[in-house]
Amino acid sequence: MSNAAISVKDLSKKYGDRFAVSHATFEVPLGTICGFVGPNGSGKTTTMRMLLGLITPTAGTGEILGESIQHPNRYLPRVGAMIEGPAFYPALSGAENLNVLARLGGFPLSRVQGLLEQVGLGDRAQSKYKTYSLGMKQRLGIAAALLPNPKLLMLDEPTNGLDPEGIQEVRALLRLLADGGTSVFVSSHLLSELELISDYLVMLRKGEVVFAGPMQNLMEAKQPIIIAKSLNESDLPKLLALAQKTGHHATIRDSAVHVQGPAQWAVEFNKAAFDAGIHLSQLTPQLPNLEETFFEMTGDN
Amino acid sequence: MFNVIFAELRKLRRPSLFLGTMSAVVFFSALFSSLLFLLIDSPQGNSDRGRTIGREVLSLSTGGVQGFASVGTFLGIIALCVFAAQTAQEYTYSTLGNLLIRQPNRWLILSGKLTAMSIFATVMAIFSAIVSIGASVILAPRAKIPTDLWFGTDGRHAILQTFVNVLISVIGFGSVGMILGLILRSPISAISFGVLWLLIVENLVIAVKNNTENWMPGAQLAAIAQGGTPNVSYSHALFLGGMYVLAGSIISSVLFARRDVSN
Repeated sequence: MSNAAISVKDLSKKYGDRFAVSHATFEVPLGTICGFVGPNGSGKTTTMRMLLGLITPTAGTGEILGESIQHPNRYLPRVGAMIEGPAFYPALSGAENLNVLARLGGFPLSRVQGLLEQVGLGDRAQSKYKTYSLGMKQRLGIAAALLPNPKLLMLDEPTNGLDPEGIQEVRALLRLLADGGTSVFVSSHLLSELELISDYLVMLRKGEVVFAGPMQNLMEAKQPIIIAKSLNESDLPKLLALAQKTGHHATIRDSAVHVQGPAQWAVEFNKAAFDAGIHLSQLTPQLPNLEETFFEMTGDN
Repeated sequence: MFNVIFAELRKLRRPSLFLGTMSAVVFFSALFSSLLFLLIDSPQGNSDRGRTIGREVLSLSTGGVQGFASVGTFLGIIALCVFAAQTAQEYTYSTLGNLLIRQPNRWLILSGKLTAMSIFATVMAIFSAIVSIGASVILAPRAKIPTDLWFGTDGRHAILQTFVNVLISVIGFGSVGMILGLILRSPISAISFGVLWLLIVENLVIAVKNNTENWMPGAQLAAIAQGGTPNVSYSHALFLGGMYVLAGSIISSVLFARRDVSN
């Protein structure tokens, strides 16, 4: 039995001459929350659709819960998913929409009310879907994904449209599910959002996997950074040159110089700037967040 | 398979669709049967395209189902709209992905949907039969038409035979709607194309070129409901209409099974 909830090798999808997903290779261990990150249009949804049997890959192989993605009927009864936002019948109530899916999947209809209560829609179960707010629709989508009591939950941008309280509830729900043994594969273009909950990470850029592994590995591999701002913005190139002269990788971003280096080196950098006649208005050592790490890895800014 | 049928029936039983459709069925069935008896002496005729169905025909054992048979085409058009909308809405609401995640066998989804919608069409036909035959029984004495033979052995046989013919025709029209829904993936496009073709294009072509009635798909399905017409025999209509539906079903099903679901 494989220890991977998801395992793909060289998975590709080509539309005309353009690769939407190019030779993606990664694994997601069982029982973890795996963040699937990348900017809009990077191929996250296409990858998820291939894993769910909705799109046929151009090339490559994949396994979900130990079964080939060529036979979705073997694993989908154990998978819950919400892809590209919630999609339901506007004229049916929230409960009836879930009843349709429960009936279709052969799940007990008695689960529906409990799931609606779990996502905070218990009192609006009989309201028509078209009367729901964006956040309520999103919650209904999550409830639908939980219908099979899934071993693997795949959610595409699940916090879109949710208020801060709703976002926190979703995070807590995902953690609860992961602690109970469910593997969670969750995508977002908001990197900071996934940083808080992910154990594992797959980073996608322009259809290619740029990182796949434990979150800890990614963070440990990165040096802390020092952010320096000068009183005079025209001094930034000189400040950049000073950092680079000492062998540190540095870039100018958001009117500040970002230098890779340990916090202790900030003292020397401060002295060197002073000696060069540059007056600093800010000198802050900090650990890189996921967004900065992503930009460092992909060379984007 | 049963799970797909019952899931689809949950969508079909929503009041706005079920009551709205059945109201239309009742209205047209009552209207067609009433006109048959109320306009029996009209020089402009009392049936479709100005045809006259006289007292001697309505007095026969098949007289009670003449109204029901003539409303068959309209029931078919209603079925076409319902089948097309129910199929194409899965694309416009992006719900097809949800269905395929819960039931990845696309052939099962299609056959389950068709079965559920055929059950819906059967209910439509039952309502229509009750209303048309009921209206005929009520209006026959006013038009001085005896009803003695309508419910005898031959009469009951005629009712059953007409019901089966109308049902085949209605499911045929509905299948055309489903085929258009699968190919065009938009309820408005599928319904517009289907209705315009059946009500306008076919009639224009038939009016311009006489022998085309034998080849037009809508004309075949309409002829089945009436048990054949003077120009199109029942067996020809059944064979050719069936071939059209079969060919369309194969093309649209293969497209459905192979196409990526990317929205």
